[in-house]
Amino acid sequence: MDAIYLDNAATTPMHPEVLEAMLPYFREHYGNPSSIHSFGRDARTALNRARDGMAAILGCKPGELIYTSGGTESNNTAIFGAVSAAQAKRPGVRPHIVTTAVEHHAVLHPCERLEQLGCDVTYVAADSSGLVNASDVEAALRPETALISVMYVNNEVGTVQPIEAIGTIARERGIPFHVDAVQALGKLPLKLDELPVDLMSLSAHKIYGPKGVGLLYMRSTLAFPPYLYGGNQERKRRSGTENVAGIVGFAKAAQLFAQDVAANNAAIERLRDTLLQRLAAALGPDGFAVSGHPVHRVPHIINISFFGLDTETLLMNLDLEGVAASSGSACTAGSLETSHVLQAMNLPDEVTRTAIRFSLGLGNSIPQVEKVADIIATIRRRLTYR
Amino acid sequence: MLYLDYAATTPPYPEVVEAVREVMVRFYGNPSSIHRIGMEAERLVIQSRETIAGILRVKPAELIFTSCGTESNNLAVKGAALAARNRGNHMITTPIEHASVSESVRQLESLGFRITVVPVDESGAVRLDKLEEALDAETVLVSVMHVNNEMGRIQPIADVARLLKAYPAALLHVDGVQSVGKLPFSPAELGIDLLSASAHKFRGPKGAGFLYCREGVRLEPLLAGGGQEGGSRSGTENVPLIVGMAKALRMATDRLDDAIERKRLFRAVLAEGIASIPELRLTGPTDGEGMAPHIVHLTFPGMKSEVVVHALERHGYFISTKSACSSGEEKPSGTLLAMGFDKPRAVSGLRISYPEDYTEDDARRFVTALRDVVAELRPMIRKSKQAGGSPR
Repeated sequence: MDAIYLDNAATTPMHPEVLEAMLPYFREHYGNPSSIHSFGRDARTALNRARDGMAAILGCKPGELIYTSGGTESNNTAIFGAVSAAQAKRPGVRPHIVTTAVEHHAVLHPCERLEQLGCDVTYVAADSSGLVNASDVEAALRPETALISVMYVNNEVGTVQPIEAIGTIARERGIPFHVDAVQALGKLPLKLDELPVDLMSLSAHKIYGPKGVGLLYMRSTLAFPPYLYGGNQERKRRSGTENVAGIVGFAKAAQLFAQDVAANNAAIERLRDTLLQRLAAALGPDGFAVSGHPVHRVPHIINISFFGLDTETLLMNLDLEGVAASSGSACTAGSLETSHVLQAMNLPDEVTRTAIRFSLGLGNSIPQVEKVADIIATIRRRLTYR
Repeated sequence: MLYLDYAATTPPYPEVVEAVREVMVRFYGNPSSIHRIGMEAERLVIQSRETIAGILRVKPAELIFTSCGTESNNLAVKGAALAARNRGNHMITTPIEHASVSESVRQLESLGFRITVVPVDESGAVRLDKLEEALDAETVLVSVMHVNNEMGRIQPIADVARLLKAYPAALLHVDGVQSVGKLPFSPAELGIDLLSASAHKFRGPKGAGFLYCREGVRLEPLLAGGGQEGGSRSGTENVPLIVGMAKALRMATDRLDDAIERKRLFRAVLAEGIASIPELRLTGPTDGEGMAPHIVHLTFPGMKSEVVVHALERHGYFISTKSACSSGEEKPSGTLLAMGFDKPRAVSGLRISYPEDYTEDDARRFVTALRDVVAELRPMIRKSKQAGGSPR
């Protein structure tokens, strides 16, 4: 039985061309980019080329990109860095951070840590569609606010936050603005020369690239202390021998999947429509509900509650049928606690207890999503039959 | 063409590349996902952890996967010191540590920790008498590298651990980036509490490392998020590279005694060759006593090391000056100064590092090239009263 993978927000299969681009850097071009001989220079050239390519796609300067080990490191570097910089600039002032209640744990947990270390954090609420209001963010600001951190695309429900409006407010106040764009890359056009964003976290393995590679965009006007100290790679902003193959793979993935996002989205949108139509036909329009914003959303994340089927039971049955889906973000999936995102959206128990996240990718097909709808209908018949 | 910079980075074993490739193609799941595809990925992480634990004779739960040796060192030094802050604020290290340790220590100093840098002797070994003097009830962490990355001196870790026995609050961190996969040892048996390692130094991929953290040792995590790695290090696991790292370590340690013997033979040819070129001075004893098997270090007083590196490159040999991470700089080596080398020697250090499959003939060919390069450069040798050597 071939698996149907509908968990592309957790991680994506690597694209063969990405792998092909990486292999030479495991094989013949294995030098350390810091070495002064030709092996090192070859590796350095590859790094520069990858960085230039990423910068061109993102509309920023190559020097504004810091390679990291993943989205979690990018988020941690931005958040802890902003607070350290604020403390250095204004000693004795208790730093304040504004973020939202629907962020990924890689933002929430650093914020909680900073609270333990003596910072204040405001978690702005979201409405029942997962949307954060820019004016609520503005109302939370204080003179000592050192950072605003708001995700671009919610990883559980797919809602797109009003980043431009929040960024404009941040600019007016001169407050650094961090955006966790891990789920936005490849889905929304990320043009850093147009977006009022100072820090942005990205991850390769969500766009058919390798695991273990991320980026932190840091606007050239900012200077934060690094997360890792040592050999002063990445212009002293992130030490550690560069993951050359991974960085090359990330650039290739971005070249393939982060440029023409409209074409990719159109394909995914068709899959989404098919899935929802087929479910409506099989379960009736009242048999399920889709969470998240109806308009301000990306096409690939669909959070669906199947009334009467609790999340864990349905996930297990789907898995037995070869369908991989998720209860929320993969990182908390092991625990199967009720999603903090759905809780923050104040949705009824009936919705939060029965929610499944399907996340579509370019590897999925129309017949696959049709089959998934049919499988769900079968499972429901089986489980609700007395 | 001979790549002699294995201490900077290594070509991954072809079998390792194949394993990484296969995982990338077939096992792309997120280990935190609870479906089958996720659980297959998780199983690979578990197996890799067990493999490495078996080789090091430690418990699987004592290993934390990281993105590199630098991260392991940062996590060990800062994580352990910050977690132990209520027990004391003193830490001890040496002047020859890798920058990822010394810079982490400097960061702790700015946070109010008291730091003692214990000197090394002229062989590059940490002064145990001074270390003993430095230890006190406030000491929470001692960080001493196992094999120096620049000149290859093996540190007396077992002796250091023995001294620490009288100070139960003091943890021992060892930067094992140049010893894991190169020397036979178990951190648990040596009395090490924290051991850093990096895959790409033992023919694994770049972008993977681990930290051994003895059961019961508390670490303050540096990355917060999804709670992977027992909460010590959040972030989606780099499954393919973790598999590649475990495979590389197994291959590197499968016939370790044999590998060490072969490197010793290679080393002996180099040492004898270097000794026969009057302009050059071998660092450490000719018989390699106390030195790592895979690194040979020498100085060429009166000659800037970059010049020699580039001249050898024209002959097809790739060596390095000091550690790759700092090789862009032209300052004298802090490690060599700490060993009491004068400036002409400290700016002229050269490092040759190699795998077990290079032959004694390879070594002889390299010595010939080295001899030719010295002859080419002889007219350029800067004479200095300070110069330790006596160039003809």
